[in-house]
Amino acid sequence: MAPILDAQGVTKRFGGLVAVNNLDFTIEEGSIASVIGPNGAGKTTFFNCITGFYTPEEGHIIFDGHEIQGLRPDQVTKRGISRTYQNIRLFSNMTALENIMVGRHPLMRHTWWDAILHTSRYHKEEEEALEEAVRLLNFVGLAGLGDQMARNLPYGAQRRLEIARALASKPKLLLLDEPTAGMNPQETTEMIHFIQHLRDELGLSILLIEHDMKVVMTISEKIAVMDFGKKIAEGKPIDIQRNPRVIEAYLGRGAASGLSENEATATATA
Amino acid sequence: MEEKRSPWKDAWLNGLLAGVIMLYFSLVGMVKTFSSREVVGALSLGHVTLLLSLGVVVYTFLRRHKQESRGTLLGQAALMGAIGGFLLGLLPLLGQWVDFRFMLVQASPELYALLRFGQNPTVGFVLLIAVSAVTSMVIALIDFLPDFWRNAVVNAFLITIVVGMLSDLFKGMTIHAIFDPFMGASGLNYIGAVVVFLLSVAYFWMGKRRGEIKAEAAKDKTEAMAKKALPRWAVAGLLVAFLLFLPLILGSYLSHVLNMVGLYVIMGLGLNIVVGYAGLLDLGYVAFFALGAYTMGVLTSTSPLGVAHMTFWEALPFAILVALTAGILLGVPVLRMRGDYLAIVTLGFGEIIRILAVSDALKPFIGGAQGILSIIKPIIKFGGRTLLEFQTPIHFYYLILVGIGIAFFVAYRLRESRLGRAWMAMREDEDVAEAMGIDLVVIKLTAFGFGASFSGLAGAIFASYVGSIFPASFNLLISINVLSLIIVGGVGSLPGVVVGSLALVGLPELLREFAEYRMLMYGLALIAMMLLKPEGFWPEPIRQRELHAGEESGD
Repeated sequence: MAPILDAQGVTKRFGGLVAVNNLDFTIEEGSIASVIGPNGAGKTTFFNCITGFYTPEEGHIIFDGHEIQGLRPDQVTKRGISRTYQNIRLFSNMTALENIMVGRHPLMRHTWWDAILHTSRYHKEEEEALEEAVRLLNFVGLAGLGDQMARNLPYGAQRRLEIARALASKPKLLLLDEPTAGMNPQETTEMIHFIQHLRDELGLSILLIEHDMKVVMTISEKIAVMDFGKKIAEGKPIDIQRNPRVIEAYLGRGAASGLSENEATATATA
Repeated sequence: MEEKRSPWKDAWLNGLLAGVIMLYFSLVGMVKTFSSREVVGALSLGHVTLLLSLGVVVYTFLRRHKQESRGTLLGQAALMGAIGGFLLGLLPLLGQWVDFRFMLVQASPELYALLRFGQNPTVGFVLLIAVSAVTSMVIALIDFLPDFWRNAVVNAFLITIVVGMLSDLFKGMTIHAIFDPFMGASGLNYIGAVVVFLLSVAYFWMGKRRGEIKAEAAKDKTEAMAKKALPRWAVAGLLVAFLLFLPLILGSYLSHVLNMVGLYVIMGLGLNIVVGYAGLLDLGYVAFFALGAYTMGVLTSTSPLGVAHMTFWEALPFAILVALTAGILLGVPVLRMRGDYLAIVTLGFGEIIRILAVSDALKPFIGGAQGILSIIKPIIKFGGRTLLEFQTPIHFYYLILVGIGIAFFVAYRLRESRLGRAWMAMREDEDVAEAMGIDLVVIKLTAFGFGASFSGLAGAIFASYVGSIFPASFNLLISINVLSLIIVGGVGSLPGVVVGSLALVGLPELLREFAEYRMLMYGLALIAMMLLKPEGFWPEPIRQRELHAGEESGD
């Protein structure tokens, strides 16, 4: 199967810091892939390069057969990528339903003119949008909470609402930035099932950033490990678990065998 | 843990605070100036100012110390009042020996007489302490009432004061004979005050009863629905009828005041799109008002400056178009600016337009400081016959009402659309909005464009209404006024704009003799709003949609 996303040699620098260094990564259509790595490894920067928030200095990002690097975030979204955020970023003073309806923005066509005159296009689109928003709300398990202000929802519900908002634009690829951050074990298990359900039900391709190894190992079909902006390993969960470089990156050099003394010092001072 | 002050010490300090505030209002001259307007009987606005400052201090104290016993609180209230009164009373008491006027020009004999209740210094001093102690105790007693009654009494009291303050309004009406029995020399008489007070309490009580009935009916859902559907239309109909007949009751002067309020409502609705919906802080909003007015002036004036001699109706689209274009042109350079930076740049833009208007370079075209005179009035013709020429404030009232209607309609419908949601999303979080597929360039420029064209409309009507325009009419203060009225009414709320305009444009217009203290009162009002009611007087309601959608798909 052709990859839905193909990143080739992506490099993003901030001054002297190379946040993402010559990264290659592909996601097969309909699969769940993860990017993991210690804090500051460049995972979120990579996300931001895909979604158009940053323009990578080098490399190509090919999504669904078209190059998307250098496009604005709204243009990337219109092509079928949508995302959630590590620290939830809902429109907190809008209702849950309105949040989802904003997500549908790229699928709607009516202009200010239609809105003032209430043309048939306006009515049709608004009805569809409302119906779809209610459906998504039920889909993520928040039925009945649509008229609540987003900021008044409990934490777990906010995470789900953010996913519902991301789904409203009918994306082909969904990027989830630490979807289980701050959740207890039970909520985490529910989220794992929910993400699998998303893929099976909607046929989405999903790219995760995640810290929780249990989540990553349970649901990913493919994992890329980043450290200091570089991809240090890639493969199936089982391979990643055994990879000495990954263990190094996570547990420190002392944990892996066959290391020289000065390499360990270099890591400690870095 | 935070160390808590003992209540008695707190009462002592609050008493001092109340005294200082009352002294301040006295020494800036507010009390004396305000005393020229009687509110209820012999009670003047000056007294009310002192009373309210004492009241606010006592009230906040009582809120903080709810856990104390009532007897103690009553004693503490009396202490606060006595200390406040003592401090204030020192002014006239010492004033008989020491002349404060060498530096405090407002420490006048008239003020002293007022603070002594016209008695001799010693008796007046004691009287002032007693009166403020008793007042504080009464406030404490009101505070002890159950929640509903306390709110009703406090609100009814405030309403009585406002009605008394504005009683000139009723005298100006064409049907003033109805109100005469309740009016004193320049305020309400005592009967009038009691009537207004009782009516207000009755109104709140009815509101409470209605809420209870609704809650009961909500149990039986269908009945509640049936009840709800009818009155909404009835209310809208009554409102329209009321607005149509209003100027006939109010007469010419009050209609003029309402017209000024109305022009600010149109501007407020426009700025509300920019600031309230889209969250773009625009401080140069007056620029578009000026552009609308000057376009109308140049195109229609019969003076030598007039170039086109158009009618009002022909010039109106151009005025709006010029403002709209300017709005979009201003939008382009500030696309990437946020918050404070945007505010400063737009502020500068407003000033540029005003300075251009007074400049010598443009004098041959727009008259410089002398402005443009003889701007024509709108005329409605039908088949060559003149049906109506807008001359009086009452005529213009209807024109402005139509303008408000259109602005309201457009603002409301835009909010309920994809564009409105995109604006609000941008207000909440610009980056996320962009990541949701919203093209920020397009929606920012539409927000600026709509805001500017509303302002252009208001400017065009204004130019024709007053007949001549000068650069001085378009100063920064207008931008600040419009922004403040949005904040006072409730950011993003459409009815809030109307309430805000009435409070910040209508009231000062009616209290013209106190214009000196306008900015002071503005500042106080804004601070009080931010502390007590940050969401505004009439905040935007949360839209209920999910259940509604469920019903639709249900059948």
